[in-house]
Amino acid sequence: MKTTIVPLGPQHPVLPEPLSFDLVLDNERVIDAVPSIGFIHRGLELLAPKRDFEEYVMIAERVCGICSFMHGMGYSSAVESVLALPVPRRARQLRVILAELSRVHSHLLWLGLAADAFGFENLFMQTWRLREEVLDMFEETTGGRVIFNIVKVGGMRKDIEDATLSRISSRLTAMKPQLKEITDIFLNDYTVKHRLSGLAVLPEAEARELGVVGPMLRASGVVSDQRLGNPMYEGLRWEAAVEKDGDCHARCRVRVKEIFQSIDIIAQAAGAMAADGIAAKIASAPNGEAFYRAEQPRGEAIYYVRGNGTRMLERFRLRTPTFANVPAVVKLLKGTELADVPTIILTIDPCISCMER
Amino acid sequence: MAISPLIPAALANLFKKPATRLYPHEVREPFARTRGSITMREAECIFCGICQNKCPSKAITVVRAEKTWQVDQLRCLACMRCVEVCPKKCIEARSARPAPYGSDRAGSVEKKTGPAAPPTAPAK
Repeated sequence: MKTTIVPLGPQHPVLPEPLSFDLVLDNERVIDAVPSIGFIHRGLELLAPKRDFEEYVMIAERVCGICSFMHGMGYSSAVESVLALPVPRRARQLRVILAELSRVHSHLLWLGLAADAFGFENLFMQTWRLREEVLDMFEETTGGRVIFNIVKVGGMRKDIEDATLSRISSRLTAMKPQLKEITDIFLNDYTVKHRLSGLAVLPEAEARELGVVGPMLRASGVVSDQRLGNPMYEGLRWEAAVEKDGDCHARCRVRVKEIFQSIDIIAQAAGAMAADGIAAKIASAPNGEAFYRAEQPRGEAIYYVRGNGTRMLERFRLRTPTFANVPAVVKLLKGTELADVPTIILTIDPCISCMER
Repeated sequence: MAISPLIPAALANLFKKPATRLYPHEVREPFARTRGSITMREAECIFCGICQNKCPSKAITVVRAEKTWQVDQLRCLACMRCVEVCPKKCIEARSARPAPYGSDRAGSVEKKTGPAAPPTAPAK
């Protein structure tokens, strides 16, 4: 059998970030895919032993431009558990609100990119128009559109007034009909369904075996969400968005569900704000080690922190969701058509700068 | 076959205001909280150098002997850490972003000099 090898990436119109696959093709059919990563490694983990642990939050936020808040929060929470620092309830609620707002923004970004990948440019622009409003909310509350610099070890750096929070929550609720208009196209439109349904099916058993995380895992019918059982989400009513089919359209449906769910969580949290301060005082330097698992828009991220009693940490390690999902993509690509490859890669919502740090 | 839901949306768009702005002609005002850039009130500064030590990107340079304080706006992350740690609260956060500079980075450094020291009593 004569095969051809087609390189896809690291620069490719559909990939927002550099990820490379060498696709072994038999005619149009992919028979093997060899991924290569490491194009944008920046060595941010190695900066942790060289910076003060409180200042490192700013670097942790810069790991990723989309889930920057989540990275800052995950790092801070890991350090807080080493310090056994009690974070005030209001700070935790503000973290929930900003984390869910990040999820809305990230999923809207993904929906836009997905629409662009399957060639629906109008839908892409309409989705990003709505995302822009969410970015404005970020700028109004934190001062930045991408990098927020609002979380710190022990709580939050800035308070957000209750009035601003309820205004944001009501603006999001008012956005719902517009969102529904857009997401209905993703859910019901013939073209979208034709392109995504039945494509790259990942059965539940395989999803578990490959260690897939996040919306990708939930689309295969597994109820797994790190927010479940997280004390930050105590008292909020919501349930994990799960789909059974395991194909590209199911991954899209999970993300659409999560957008509306996040808006509801924000409304619940903004309606019951505590008033017990926004930051706990740090009395010592971290001595010991801790793990923290956070549910990012792309899935579960793991933060590991080890301190030795000085101002500098000994080790900081971060496992991002994209890294967990890449083996599954390699598996899914085998046997598909070349034209479907960009769409399949995109359905894991790859965030390469996160993955390589 | 049902009409694609995008067709009514596309028709409605013909009569709506555009979602984008003609940027250089029409500039949106920054929000009050927008982290744009920092500046300093030199009359109140004691040139202690704490902001220089705490700056994560080493954008601030303070020379105590000459009473000068300068910030490289292109290095500055606008994290506002200096605003928090300043003992005299004389570093100010501005919501306006710094203007773009040329490739030589000229003009990106903002330098402030403190008031001249009061004349010392003549030695007897």
